[in-house]
Amino acid sequence: MSNAATPKGAAGLRAKDAKPSSAKGSGLAGWVDDRTGAAKPVSYLLKKVFPDHWSFMLGEIAMFSLIILLLTGTFLTFWFVPSAGQVIYNGSYVPLKGIAMSEAFKSTVDISFEVRGGLIIRQIHHWAALMFTVSITVHMFRVFFTGAFRKPREINWVIGTVLSLLAINEGFTGYSLPDDLLSGTGLRAAEGFMQSVPVVGSYLAYFVFGGAFPGEAIIPRLYTTHVLLLPALIVGLFTAHIVLVAVHKHTQYPGPGKTNDNVVGYPMMPVYMAKAGGFFFIVFGITTLMAALVTINPIWLYGPYNPSAVTAGAQPDWYMGFADGALRLFPGFFEFHVFGFTLSLNVFIPSLVVMPLLYGIAGAYPFIESWVTGDKREHHLLDRPRNAPARTGLGVMAISFYLILFFAAGNDLMAIKLGLSINDITRAFQILLIVVPPLAYWVTKRFCMSLQRHDRDLVLHGRETGRIVRTAEGAFFEVHQPLPEHQRWALVQHQSEKPLELTATVDANGVRRPGAFKERLRGKVSSFYFADSVDPVTPAELAAAHHDGSAHEAIEAPQEDAGQGWVGQLHGGAEERPETDAYAPHEHQHDHDHEVDPDSTTAR
Amino acid sequence: MEPTGAEGGHPGTALGLDQGHTEGEGGMPERFANPGLPPHVSRSADLGEHAARRAERQVAALFGISMVATVIFLVAYFAIDQNTYRFVPGIGQANLSNIVLGVTLGLSLLCIGLGAVHWAKTLMPDTEVTEARHPQRSSDDARAEAVETIMAGGDATQLARRPLIRYMLGGALGLFALPLGLQVAGSLGPLPHAELSTTFWRKGMRLVRDPELSPIKASDVTIGSVFNVMPEGIDKSHDVLEEKGKAAVLLMRLNPDDIKIAKERDWGHDGIVAYSKICTHVGCPVGLYEQQTHHLLCPCHQSTFDVTEDCKVIFGPAHRPLPQLKITVDAEGYLVADSAFREAVGPSFWERG
Amino acid sequence: MNALAARRRHPAAILLLLLLGLVATGGLYSLLAPKPAQAATATADDVNAGKMLFLANCATCHGLHAEGSKDAPSLAGVGAAAVDFQVGTGRMPLAGPGVQAAASKKIMFTDAQIASLAAYVASLSPGPAIPDDQYTKGDGNIAHGNELFKVNCAMCHNFAGSGGALTRGKYAPSLRNVTGTHIYEAMVSGPQSMPVFNDANLSPTDKNDIISYLHELDKNKNPGGMNLGNLGPVSEGMFIWVFGLGLMIGAAVWLGAKAA
Repeated sequence: MSNAATPKGAAGLRAKDAKPSSAKGSGLAGWVDDRTGAAKPVSYLLKKVFPDHWSFMLGEIAMFSLIILLLTGTFLTFWFVPSAGQVIYNGSYVPLKGIAMSEAFKSTVDISFEVRGGLIIRQIHHWAALMFTVSITVHMFRVFFTGAFRKPREINWVIGTVLSLLAINEGFTGYSLPDDLLSGTGLRAAEGFMQSVPVVGSYLAYFVFGGAFPGEAIIPRLYTTHVLLLPALIVGLFTAHIVLVAVHKHTQYPGPGKTNDNVVGYPMMPVYMAKAGGFFFIVFGITTLMAALVTINPIWLYGPYNPSAVTAGAQPDWYMGFADGALRLFPGFFEFHVFGFTLSLNVFIPSLVVMPLLYGIAGAYPFIESWVTGDKREHHLLDRPRNAPARTGLGVMAISFYLILFFAAGNDLMAIKLGLSINDITRAFQILLIVVPPLAYWVTKRFCMSLQRHDRDLVLHGRETGRIVRTAEGAFFEVHQPLPEHQRWALVQHQSEKPLELTATVDANGVRRPGAFKERLRGKVSSFYFADSVDPVTPAELAAAHHDGSAHEAIEAPQEDAGQGWVGQLHGGAEERPETDAYAPHEHQHDHDHEVDPDSTTAR
Repeated sequence: MEPTGAEGGHPGTALGLDQGHTEGEGGMPERFANPGLPPHVSRSADLGEHAARRAERQVAALFGISMVATVIFLVAYFAIDQNTYRFVPGIGQANLSNIVLGVTLGLSLLCIGLGAVHWAKTLMPDTEVTEARHPQRSSDDARAEAVETIMAGGDATQLARRPLIRYMLGGALGLFALPLGLQVAGSLGPLPHAELSTTFWRKGMRLVRDPELSPIKASDVTIGSVFNVMPEGIDKSHDVLEEKGKAAVLLMRLNPDDIKIAKERDWGHDGIVAYSKICTHVGCPVGLYEQQTHHLLCPCHQSTFDVTEDCKVIFGPAHRPLPQLKITVDAEGYLVADSAFREAVGPSFWERG
Repeated sequence: MNALAARRRHPAAILLLLLLGLVATGGLYSLLAPKPAQAATATADDVNAGKMLFLANCATCHGLHAEGSKDAPSLAGVGAAAVDFQVGTGRMPLAGPGVQAAASKKIMFTDAQIASLAAYVASLSPGPAIPDDQYTKGDGNIAHGNELFKVNCAMCHNFAGSGGALTRGKYAPSLRNVTGTHIYEAMVSGPQSMPVFNDANLSPTDKNDIISYLHELDKNKNPGGMNLGNLGPVSEGMFIWVFGLGLMIGAAVWLGAKAA
């Protein structure tokens, strides 16, 4: 670790003929800096500010899971034998004694039962893999719903999408390695997917498997893909991901003191060093405890792969569930036989088209949205999901579509656990897949807008205290506590979007303008997004709300100290009391009374 | 183009969300102003040395627990035999070694983390720091300089003036990856030829039990029975697993009157019928035979085949019926194949027909 | 005779011999050792008592002569094994209408009554008998049982005998903690949707091996910790989303919250 040499000192150190060491930064740190000039970037990084919020930790869970995976994965390579060569098991697990199996399977059983502490490492690795994919997914949700993908972070969103896709494929290649009955069935299905590719399917399958299924080539090939190719891509892209986070500086939730031009939080050194470093150990610790107490992938029970055997409840790991569910729901009549050829769209679409399509749409979303809004500004303040009802609705719509596919992959387990017919469940999911997503969009959007209105209400009328007060005249009213300024800010800071105005489709000479159709489409989509947007409360509205019920009275507001003072403290009859009343709002004592045209108060 | 970026200068310019608004009517601002950071609230550890001391002790204790757990792990690694099983509530017979090693390792890690975070939360400064942001884009000068450098470099190469080099370089760069691509793609695997359309089954091969590989007499197959079947001699084949993956067959006996399709009855023997076990959807073994309904269910994606109707698909994502293997009995009463499969088994592929 | 001679070298002949030997041994054993209800030892009294029970409890659906009706199958040829399985596991008498009879903890008859019923049904026409103890003890080759189980049983009952779904609400039940006798009887009689695995398909020794494997599972040895119902990746996925993510987010919230 370098000392905290000032940039000036570091610059001095880098001077051409500098003495080996100056007064500052002697010792090892000075030695390193003499050769690398690391002092300046290190001190810059150590002073970097990170905002504090639990949802910013989701990405860190993924990062730490990746580190755990690299660590435990390296351990596993010491004992795992990536070979499909057949051997007879003669280890300590009795139910497999004397059974023929591949070396890959035998070595995995040996890791579980013969290598001391091997099972715990294996289980940490697999649980961490599930945690990796789960945390990537919820991290993506967080980034999406808060609008953190907007300029300048679109590239990072695309990188993240690719990382997510790589992660689930890394998971698939990983759980296929032990060559057990369940994963072997999965590979068999994967071979079926490849065969379904129009025209070149059987060639593709033969190239990937090195001949007929299962063959001896697939395990070593999966191994190289799993331990070298995909990890290299993931680590490389992840590095780019994290460098871009540092370059952009972290986004932050809106709040008092937080602007688009600053980042408010704690410095790397020492607070985030301790918090993030500590969180790594927490993630590792929780994963290890799960691995100690809960079985994952009991391959000794599955047994070695045998092409003629299968188990009930054949499912992939959760992150491949949506693709498996799509296969279960896609009807068979999409297979066609024309001109002596077979076009098996019932397999090709759900297995090989749905996944890239979903990820492609996800990756393209930032560009679609910025096209629709025409918004080219940088955004460093996050949106509260309710303040972007259309985006939130679209996100929930996509998630509901994904979830239905995901749950459809468990239709057989649902059937036994809930005592239902698997046929009914499958039919129901087929219908839900079409009906639910648009419904989810509509409900979510409405829900967001009512939350926005609730926010407005809260700002305008304050919190109900539940305290009932009787006035001198005998009238009753409930005391409303106005929101403190710092709390109010979070509810009023956002800017409401308005739909783009349709431009004329013809120019002054009555000639159709080029791109008019595109503009019209853009206008339509824009009004789909923003037609019924709810605006945040303006100062004038708050002032008006405070005075409603006293029409004869001029609306008052201070002239100078905007943001202060014209806070309604009481509501519900309070205004009908004379100003001398003990409960009178304090702002009535302001020196500058001011008239506001009633129309302007409702303008925004 | 009324909203958003429009009011704040030309697109591409970073503009604060709180900038660019105009004053509303009547001197009241159109929007609320950012009130600035809320006042700092001190923690108990900031206010009294007593609380700080307590936090210090808690952090130290967590680090202490971690060390103890580490030591137990080291001892347990050597002390606990790998095959020791003990009853643990919620787990059943648990492997003692796995539990102790895992829990101690987990606690050792977890307590370091909890200690460090608790330390950061209670004792390290919690005053929020503000760092300024700057627009991501480079200054116009820097951009212009970059463009100039690139253009100057481009001019220096004289690419524009010497098209011959340009085209040849383009061609060479466009082609050099082909040999590498061809090598890997071309050598990955053999061509499938007709392999996907053929199986190990030949006329006259006996049907044998899987995995015992003993032959089956017609009289062994009672009504309601199901046999998992392989062709005789499959264990002697060159690629046992590859052949098993295509040749697996399910043998069932129905009451001949229940069979609705004449071809199915003809290809069977006295109500005994043999069908490929490899699903026509993506190739899972279809083994779930319901002897009352005569339905065959695939456990992977729930394709359901009706054995009384020549295994046509009655539910699920598969499209084609399972191929039937024509069987008969030999002189000794054993079931034999009367022909190879007449069509490709397993999942669909383009040239399958 | 010629045919028999030709077949004497056949692997099945060995099996048959083995079978005969085992049956002979078993028979001898049962003669020498006093044992509870065995179909072989059923007396005429048992059959009569069984008939009374049958008429009182079963005949409504299965018919006065067990010939079956539109509600229930004929019991001709099902044998004592089927009766002992269906009644002994509480599946019969049927508790109520449903897609399939479910096992029940409430057994309606005593062991003696079940034996009488079985004797009566077995007396109607020959069928599989209640198996001999020797094939249901579960002292066979566990690994061989495992291999047979994976090919013949796992596709419906799941890799660890946790059960699985069939079409239209029917299901393959869990095989955990089922007695060896009942497992054996299910294989020979093919209850409900389950196909028959007769002795020509899976020899009594094979069946005993399968029982041995299932009894090994019943020891509930879970080297990796909680088994989450042995249902495969679905329960693992649920666990990571609910508990794994829950714990992680809990830790993150604690981390981000201001200290007191």
